[in-house]
Amino acid sequence: MPPSSPEPFAPGMNTPLAPGLDSIVPDEFEPDDAAPGTLPSGKSRSMFVRGLEVFVENKLAIVGVVILVLMVLFCYLGPFLYHTDQIHTNLAIENQAPGSGHPLGTDSNGYDVLGRLMVAGRVSLEVGLAAAVLATVLGTLWGAIAGYLGGAVDAVMMRLVDAMLAIPTLFLALVVVSMFPATELELIIVIALTSWLTTSRLIRGEALSLRVRDYVQAMKVMGGGGTRAVLRHIAPNAIGTIIVSATFQVADAILLVVALSYLGLGVQPPKTDWGGMLSNGVQYTYDGYWWLIYPAGIAIVLVVIAINFIGDALRDSFEVRLQRR
Amino acid sequence: MPGSPGTPVGTPEGNPLIAFFVRRLLQAVIVILIVTMITFALLRAIPGNVAIAILGPTAYRNPATIAQFDAQYGFNKPWFDQYFLWLGHLAQGNLGYSWKLNQSVASLLGNHLPKTIILVGISTVIALIVAIPIGVWQAVRRNKAADYTFTALSFLFYAAPTFFVGTVLIMIFADQLHLFGAEGPQGGLVSDFTDWKDLTLPVVTLALVTFALFSRYMRSAVLDNITEDYVRTARAKGASERRVLIRHVLRNSLIPIATLVGLNIPLIVSGALITESVFNYPGMGYLFFQAAQQQDYPTLLGVLIVVAIATVIGSLLADIAYAVLDPRVRYVSS
Repeated sequence: MPPSSPEPFAPGMNTPLAPGLDSIVPDEFEPDDAAPGTLPSGKSRSMFVRGLEVFVENKLAIVGVVILVLMVLFCYLGPFLYHTDQIHTNLAIENQAPGSGHPLGTDSNGYDVLGRLMVAGRVSLEVGLAAAVLATVLGTLWGAIAGYLGGAVDAVMMRLVDAMLAIPTLFLALVVVSMFPATELELIIVIALTSWLTTSRLIRGEALSLRVRDYVQAMKVMGGGGTRAVLRHIAPNAIGTIIVSATFQVADAILLVVALSYLGLGVQPPKTDWGGMLSNGVQYTYDGYWWLIYPAGIAIVLVVIAINFIGDALRDSFEVRLQRR
Repeated sequence: MPGSPGTPVGTPEGNPLIAFFVRRLLQAVIVILIVTMITFALLRAIPGNVAIAILGPTAYRNPATIAQFDAQYGFNKPWFDQYFLWLGHLAQGNLGYSWKLNQSVASLLGNHLPKTIILVGISTVIALIVAIPIGVWQAVRRNKAADYTFTALSFLFYAAPTFFVGTVLIMIFADQLHLFGAEGPQGGLVSDFTDWKDLTLPVVTLALVTFALFSRYMRSAVLDNITEDYVRTARAKGASERRVLIRHVLRNSLIPIATLVGLNIPLIVSGALITESVFNYPGMGYLFFQAAQQQDYPTLLGVLIVVAIATVIGSLLADIAYAVLDPRVRYVSS
């Protein structure tokens, strides 16, 4: 959450810009035939290129992308090159130290740790990504609707967000998974339902400033409805904020799912994720079975750092676009 | 953490500070009410018979107990009656009764909450004491080796799951070097201080995780302030670099720290839950974690509501502290 949370004291987030001041730049006009989410053609493509240039200049961003790509390749292509049995337990070879045949040793069920790291990584990455996408969609719609409608509806919607933010995500998620034993799909839904709040606040701030722009006003005069305003104008124009916050959401969701699995209430055996591997490994802390702890822990750290690097760089890239407005 | 602070504008008629307090207090009350609704919705969402979930499986044998429970909590009435009955119990401090632990949730909290307050309090203070000078130092020597090193460290501790940090500390300092205990102090509050060697690793774990948060903030706050006009003025008047930094930049960067801590209470409490689980430290987080494993719903919902109310009050106090400390900020209702 830290890098993704908005600066609590940042001024201007909620101050609607004077109508007309910002909409004189042509790239603000969204051609009607463009699908929501696609980049407008013409001049704004150069904005995209400029943003991309800033992103590529950022060395940490490149490091992040490289780590992430390698991790994805490791988890998804790895098992095709490195065959291990991750289904049948084999107690004859339990807790073996790294050595020939098992580069990272074996765990208490006799699973090869390197192979397990690949299968477990898939679960962590998939649950994290899916939950983040779902949370972003939910948060974007909620925030855009609240900000666009304003007034009493906005007040009610945002007080609900305030109330949910008061309940620590981990606590809320633990209550829900204790009621409904978690499958992967349920974990995705639980994590999404507990982590869309920051996104909704950011998007609401954007919506408040976007809804008074001339082109939204013009659309309303021409008889366009609220749904159209939210889906075709507000959400696409807040795309920078949405993408940046979605990126950080992935990192937070991965951290949440590994925490739940570590506590024994996440992904259930025989499936596992990196948190589950660690949870299994800590039982042997005093035996010095370091290979049950470090590989999974380091994998989590690498992925989360990589995503944060990318998120920071994306934020810089989109700020370049904003500066040019 | 309700509401961002209102829009700072020029002084209106009347005392804007008091108007802000009243508005902010009202908002906090509304948010707490919504929190109770969410908790109540969770209570209703418990699968199966709520009476049996709350009273325990042995209640099956005793239909009279179930009937009495349903009457007491109005589970034979419409849901809004149930809610107000439940809210009434809550207002009287009745947080429910844990049949698993055979103790009222209020008395469970009485035993466990102080331990968490000690853990969170000490580690937050340590994190601040370490993070503030480091953040300032990073900003002053920005883009030099020291800045990069601590930026990397703060990224690392932000990205590392709390349980991984705790486990690594146990492996190094308890298992290998035998310097500190691997398990938190198990006794009452006094044991936290007599067994300080056991308290060290949990405190360090939580402090490392929150350190990452605070040092990153301090670095950017000092960087923002250092380019302000008043800094240039102070320099122009011949103030030494040291005086500029401490008297001007640091003072202005420290004001929002209260808000920063207030806004991050949920995150710190979540960190405490994991830390307590790693070190078997019998605080509120550990109580909650065990309740989740044993599906002890009264404890889960009781702790949930206490944590949420504490968070709302914490961020309320933080916002008020911010408004009082920073004379530049004047709040009016929007």
